[in-house]
Formats: sequence, structure tokens, C-alpha cells
Amino acid sequence: MTALTILLVLVLLLVVFGLLFRLQIFTSIFSGTFTRDIGMSNSVNAVLMLVFLIGGGAWFAYSFVENFNKMNPPIASVHGHKMETMFWTTMAVIGVAFVITQALLFIYAYKYQHKEGRRAYFFSHNNTIEVVWTIIPAIVMASLIFAGWKAWTRITGPAPKESVVLEVMGKQFNWLVRYPGRDMKLGVVNYRMIDAVNEFGFDLSDKSALDDFTTNEIHIPKGVPVLIKIRSRDVLHAVYMPHFRVQMYAVPGMPTRFWFTPTISTDEMRAKLGNPKFNYELACNQLCGGSHFAMKATVIVDEPDDYQNWYASQQSFSQKNPDVLAAFKQKAKTMVVPVAAAAEEKEAAPMPLAASN
Amino acid sequence: MSDMTPKPNLSPDVQAQGGIGTAPVPATEHGDHLHHDDHEHDHHDQHWLWKYVFSQDHKVIAKQFLITGIFWAILGGTLSSLFRLQLGWPESSLEWLKPFLGGWIQAGKLNPEFYLALVTMHGTIMVFFVLTAGLSGTFSNFLIPLQVGARDMASGFMNMLSYWFFFLSGLIMFSSLFIETGPAAAGWTIYPPLSALPQAIPGSGAGMTLWLVSMVFFIVSQLLGGVNYVTTVINLRTRGMSMSKLPLTIWAFFLTAILGILSFPVLFSAALLLVFDRSFGTSFFLSDIYIAGQALSNQGGSPVLFQHLFWFLGHPEVYIVIMPAMGMVSEVLATNARKPIFGYRAMIGSLIGISLLSFVVWAHHMFVTGMNPFLGSVFMFLTLIIAVPSGVKVFNWLATLWRGNIRFTAAMLFAIGFVSLFISGGLTGIILGNATLDIQMHNTYFVVAHFHLVMGSSAFFGLFCGVYHWFPKMFGRMMDEKLGYIHFWLTFAGVYLVFMPMHYVGIAGFPRRYYAWTGFDAFSQFADMNKFISIAAILAFLGQFIFIFNFFYSIFRGRRATQNPWNSTTLEWTTPVIPGHGNWPGEIPAVYRWPYDYSKPGAETDFIPQNVPYSQTQSSNLPYEQELAD
Repeated sequence: MTALTILLVLVLLLVVFGLLFRLQIFTSIFSGTFTRDIGMSNSVNAVLMLVFLIGGGAWFAYSFVENFNKMNPPIASVHGHKMETMFWTTMAVIGVAFVITQALLFIYAYKYQHKEGRRAYFFSHNNTIEVVWTIIPAIVMASLIFAGWKAWTRITGPAPKESVVLEVMGKQFNWLVRYPGRDMKLGVVNYRMIDAVNEFGFDLSDKSALDDFTTNEIHIPKGVPVLIKIRSRDVLHAVYMPHFRVQMYAVPGMPTRFWFTPTISTDEMRAKLGNPKFNYELACNQLCGGSHFAMKATVIVDEPDDYQNWYASQQSFSQKNPDVLAAFKQKAKTMVVPVAAAAEEKEAAPMPLAASN
Repeated sequence: MSDMTPKPNLSPDVQAQGGIGTAPVPATEHGDHLHHDDHEHDHHDQHWLWKYVFSQDHKVIAKQFLITGIFWAILGGTLSSLFRLQLGWPESSLEWLKPFLGGWIQAGKLNPEFYLALVTMHGTIMVFFVLTAGLSGTFSNFLIPLQVGARDMASGFMNMLSYWFFFLSGLIMFSSLFIETGPAAAGWTIYPPLSALPQAIPGSGAGMTLWLVSMVFFIVSQLLGGVNYVTTVINLRTRGMSMSKLPLTIWAFFLTAILGILSFPVLFSAALLLVFDRSFGTSFFLSDIYIAGQALSNQGGSPVLFQHLFWFLGHPEVYIVIMPAMGMVSEVLATNARKPIFGYRAMIGSLIGISLLSFVVWAHHMFVTGMNPFLGSVFMFLTLIIAVPSGVKVFNWLATLWRGNIRFTAAMLFAIGFVSLFISGGLTGIILGNATLDIQMHNTYFVVAHFHLVMGSSAFFGLFCGVYHWFPKMFGRMMDEKLGYIHFWLTFAGVYLVFMPMHYVGIAGFPRRYYAWTGFDAFSQFADMNKFISIAAILAFLGQFIFIFNFFYSIFRGRRATQNPWNSTTLEWTTPVIPGHGNWPGEIPAVYRWPYDYSKPGAETDFIPQNVPYSQTQSSNLPYEQELAD
């Protein structure tokens, strides 16, 4: 690093000297008509084109290989592995196009530099070539589109019936997580019910909300499809879990969802990486305010049995907060219309937990 | 309005010069004489204020756009250096910036909200003020009348208004940097609800109001300019200048202006609705919000609707930025390779194709916003198709260099650099346009690297290319070539050193607009790389001062230019060294041929200007041209 800094400082110094040198020339020039002569500098630039191609290409290849592992953190979801294959296949295709076009550009620049007495070749068009290089990219694009479209439909399609369901709600600046509890139904939430205690806005006059429980960490079972329902209660956020190749915005007023199947448990990943502190992370990936960069949740992938045990041991929100529940009961007595009936957003058909249940 | 007399009050001036023009005089003397001529006018009918400040002359307006653009570019670059300091050295103290930034430095650290303001203003300034107004405003204004053979723009007055609305817009945006709650900080895309709620971030208070007001003036400026450009190209072309004889620059400016006219009003509507939501309690973009201990009454709005409206402008906008650069690069490549541009018609066709497609790809910015996945499929299809016309352009540029006789002027270097950057940045668009791959890449540094190469740096290279090439026509002097070379190689290497490693960071999944990544295990492996990127970025930025020195020095002390220093074929080089009002002292030359007769077999010189009739070039005429000559 220091060596590099010194190198760059040297380059800058050279530039400064260059400037001073030019200044001298400037001051010595008195006005006259400028005629451009094509001399030494033209061939210097031509050679630099070649140097840039070779030097730059070598640097790029070296740094790419050098950083390859760093840019490929482990992947732990079924669709993630497929996406990865598609990513590197596409990279290979564009890599070929990149190398060919860049090489031609710089080689032509070098090779066809000005030579005294030579005249450029008057070549204004050629329909055959033009049709060929329109059709070939079109075919390549069509195949990439087809592969992408198939994968996209599968990934964004409906979640399997046996999916585990949980809900994540974004707020400035952390993530709230809730699970449907024993009845496997996410109860009604209403942003008008939100306060310092009832952060999720549970409407406890809805029966299915009574056993919903909230957690700080996200627990999901390995090898089982997981459907994450996503909400936001203030500004836009995005659920981003790079290890699972999952990303979906959290939009206030418009619940979104994403489903995936984790393939490696947290413990397995810790052993695999030799890093006992490793954790899957959920990052916010849509600008949401000053502490956007610190809006994080930990994701823990359990073995299915451990997950069941963990799930069973959780206490519901209403149990933990009896006074909130009492307040709702009080309200229900005084009001003619139950609040739940007024709330429109009744959740869709519940998802059973794992098949093992 | 006839193309002979653009404005009534200019006529005497034009006639006076016509008198001079009939007797050929050496270029430099002519320049002196012009000066003398102007001097007299100063006393009689043209105050300096009307001549240099509130001028209606398209050349003066172009220079105003250019110099204002340079000011904004320096500011935009400075802001990026500030946040690169933070990203490269997240732990180190920035106390030394306190004299400049005051309260935004807290306990030696950049305030995270101010960091977001820096990012937002950098984006806004660079995209709108530099690469839209500074690039298209400068060269559309300067080149359209000169290259189509017109005395001035269709409406000089509207053209002047266009600049002054831009100036006003800039003034408002600049003032927002100094207010207590800071400038807008919701990202240059100003997604609500963040941009709508001052409770969410301080920048969404007065800063956002100023941003929106500024942008409204900016849109007005763009529309005034755009209508003028389109009208001028359609109506004021000189005799013989059919659409199929227009230089590619003009085609690019023409289509750019159409894109602007059709898409900026949509941004205007989005901004207006946002103003309503912010100030009048409407719910276009807001729904179900609990913030700062309070449930808001807004219901039924959709933040995604805003994104649709924003990107309906936002995507054509990136082509508004890049197409003028494409046009100028085509021109400069042909001139300096001494070869006709390869596939002139295919180049026009691909520009038209890109323009049309640019209106139907906007939602590729929104694959993971929760929009219907079927829409995602459609937009993926349309987005990847746009690679085809872009590819055609690249191949045609390569074919133009093939068997050329290349002179490496500074402009030519930047043109070649443009092609290289456009390839590098464009190809990664194939990854991002694929909805499946975008799930992982969306909003990461991969996106940042992609668009900084393909539209940021490329468009800047187009801008430099244009300035170096047309400087002699603007100021009658040459920029220093050697300094131009140094500037090019430093910038070219710098851009690649900054943005290539950024792809690696992005592939690893680093989110953009993060003040620091240190809180995440997954994002902490590239600390050294970020330092490297920051060093390269700051040095590359400092390198731009070579250009700025060269530019301002050469305006006053550069070597005198000749009438046609690059031996170019287009009409602007048939004007005097410094064209006066009305551009041509005598009659406007008529056009007989396309703009790319370079190195034509049998011709006496290696270029034949557009205004030379076929009857004078019997030796080089192609069979069908010979028919035209007879």
C-alpha cells in the first residue's frame, strides 16, 4: 500500500514538472498561426495504446484472480447456486466480448497510427458484416433472456405449500421479526396501533394475532422453503441477504414477499469457513436515513429439529405484554365495531409449518 | 423565421460582416477586425451586458453552459472526494475538514446524514448539471447552428432563457448546501417516503424543498433548450442539408432533445406530486406510515408509483447524457482516423433504436421493488434488446478505426477512451438487465461501477473529446496538446483503477450508499480495496485540474487557431476563425455531400468539405455522385 502511494505521488510530481515545463514553453510562444505537425507525439501515443492494453489487461487479470475468493462469499440457498452459475456464465460471455473488442480497439489504434504518405481506406459500409454483427449479439441476448426469464419465473413464483412463514418489518433503523405462532396464521397488524411497546402494531382483537411472537434474530430451518413476508412501517427499506441471494424492498403500505430454501445451517457454515463467529446477515439495501448503514439483523439457519424446538419455546407477544392485551379487551367492550373487522388487510390462507409438524 | 436573419437587431451586424467576408482576408486579421467591429458596436447598440451575459448568440450561450458546467463538475468532484475519504479511511479523523464543513464534522467524524447529502448532491450535480446541461447544453447550442448551416437557433431569446433558468436552478441548488438542515439527502433518485418526510432525515426538510424547486427550473431550462434544438434541426438547415447529410453529432443532439422533451415533463409531474405530498397533505406516494412516534394519516399512496414516474425520466436521462457523447465521438473518430464513419445509416438507425427503446426499459431499475414479477420479465426482455443497437455502435466505431490513418489529437484520445469505457461499462449492463441476476446485484457497488463507467466516465470523456476538438472554433485558439495527452492518460488510467475494483466489491454484495461497512462481517473483507479506490479517485480528480488550467490558460494565451485546424469536412469549419453573429460573414454555404468524405480515392486532399459540389471533384466522384454533378 505504501509503495503504491509513493508510486502515485511520484506520478503526480512528474505531472507537476510537466506542467512547469509547459509553462515555460507557453511563455516563450509568441502569437503566430498554428499548424499542426504530426510527429513524435503521435507514435508515442500509439505505443501507449498498446502499453495500456497489455499493462492494463495484465493488471486487471491479476487483480481479478487475486480478489476472486474475496468477491465470492459462500452461498447457502438452492436458487442461489443456480444464480451463481448463471452469473459466471454471463460473465464468461461478456468477458469474451470484452477481450475481443478492447483488444481490437487498442490494436487498431496502434496499428493504424498515422504514417506519412499513406491514405486511409475509404470504407463506408458493408451490409453483410453489419447484418452479421447485429444478428449474433441478438441471438446471444435472446438465449440469456430466455435463461434469465425461466429462472426469474421460478424464483418469483408462488412459494411451496409446505413453506415456513415469517414476517420482517423494516423501521428506522432496525428489523422487527414475527412468526405466526401455533395457529400458523399471521394476525392482523395495523400501523395505527403502533407505539413504543407494540412496535409491530398488533391488532390483538384479531384472534390469530394472539399467538404471534416477535424475535430479534431470524431463525429459519435448513432444507425447508422459507417464505418471508416483508413490510415497512416508515420509509423504503430492502431486505438483502447476500448469502441466500435474496433481495426485496420493504414498502410502506404494500406488503411484499420472497421465498427461498436455505441449504447450509449456521453451524455447518461456521465449520466450513473455520470461523466460529460467522453469522448470516440481513442488511438494509435501500437508502432509509442516517443509520441506514447500520440496519442489520442476524439470520440463524437451524437444523429442522432445532428449529421446531426453538419455535415451540417462544412466548407470544400477547403473553409477554398482558397490559397491551388488556387494553384491547377494554377497547372492544367500549366499541361497537371490533377493530379487526374494520381492518381490511386480512392475511391470506395460512401456511402450515414444516411437513414434519 | 428565415435562416438568413435570425433576429432583426442582428441584421446590421451580419451585413457589416458580409461586407468583409466578400473579400477574402487572412484569418487572424479577420479576427482582429471583428474585434474592432465589436468594439464600435459596444458604443452604439450592444452593451457588454447584452453581448456577454444576456446574450442571445448560441455560441456565447454554449460557452456559458460550458463554464457553468465546469464549475459544477469541480464541485461534484470535490463532494465525491469527501465521501471517498470516509469510505477509504472509515476510522481516521476528519477533524481537519472542520473549517470547511463546520457542524457536519462531529467528534472528528463525518456526520452519516451529511454523508448521504454528499452522495445525493454528487449524483444530482453530475447527472443533471454537468452531464445534461454542461454537455448537451454546451454542444447542442454550439454545434447545431454551425453544423446545419444556420445563423443562430430558431429562437435566440428562448435559448437565452434556457441558460438563465439553468443558472437560477443552479443557484437554488447551490444555496441548499448552506442551510442548517443540509441539502437533500435521500439519494439523487429522491425516493419517497424518505424524501417526503423531514422526520425521516433532516435533508428532507428545506433542503429537499430547494432541490425540488431547483429541479423545476432545470426542467423548464431543458424544455426551452430542447424545443429550440429540435426546431432548429428541422427548420433551419441550409440548402442541400437533407437529414441524410447531417453529421452524426446533429442526429445525436436532435434525438437527445426529443428524449428530453418527452421525458422531463414526467419528472416534473413526479416532482409536483411530491410537493403536494410534502406540503398539502395528499397521499400520492405515502401510505401506512408510523414515524417519529406518530401514525400519519396518509393512506392509499404508493412509493412504487413514484419510482415508475422517476425512472420514466431517469432511464431516458442516461441516454440524454450518453447520446451527445456518442455523436461527438463518432465525429472525432472519423475526422482523426481520416476515414468515413463506418455504417453511417446503421449509426443513425441504432441511435433511433436506442432512443425508442430507452422509453420502455425504465422498470429494470425496479425488479426487486415488489412490482409484479411478470412486468419484470417484460422489462428484462426489452432491456437486454437495447444491447443490440449499442453493440452495433461499438462495432462500427472499431470498423472506423480499421485501416485508418490515425492522428492522436487529445480529442481523438478521449474518443478512443470513450469507446473503451463504453464497452467496459456497457457489458455489465447485460448482467444487471437480467432480472434474476439483479436480485443479488441490485443497489450494490456493481451497479455503481457499471453506471459510472458507461454513462458517468464515458459521458465525461465525450465532454472532454468535444472540448478539445471544438475549442479552436469556440475561442479561436488551440488547447495545449501535450497537456491534453497527460490529462488523458492520467484520467483514463484513473477511471479504470477506480471502477474496475469496484466491480469486485459489488460482486461480493457491498451495498451502495453505506456510510461504513464495518458493522457487517459480510462486507468487511475489502477494506484495503476501498482505500485503493479512494486514492485512485482522489488522484484522478486532482488530475482534472490539468485540464482546467489548460482550458482557461488557452482561452487567453493558447496558440492561435486556423480556420480548419483538423482538416474536417463539416460546415462549422467553413466559418471564420472566430465566427461572429450570424456565423458566416457572407452567404451560408450550401451542402452537396455527406459529412464523411475522408480519404476518398482519387480526391486531391484527404478530406472534401460538405460544401464542395461534386462538379469540383470529378476525379473522386462515385458513379451516382457523378450523375448529381452532371
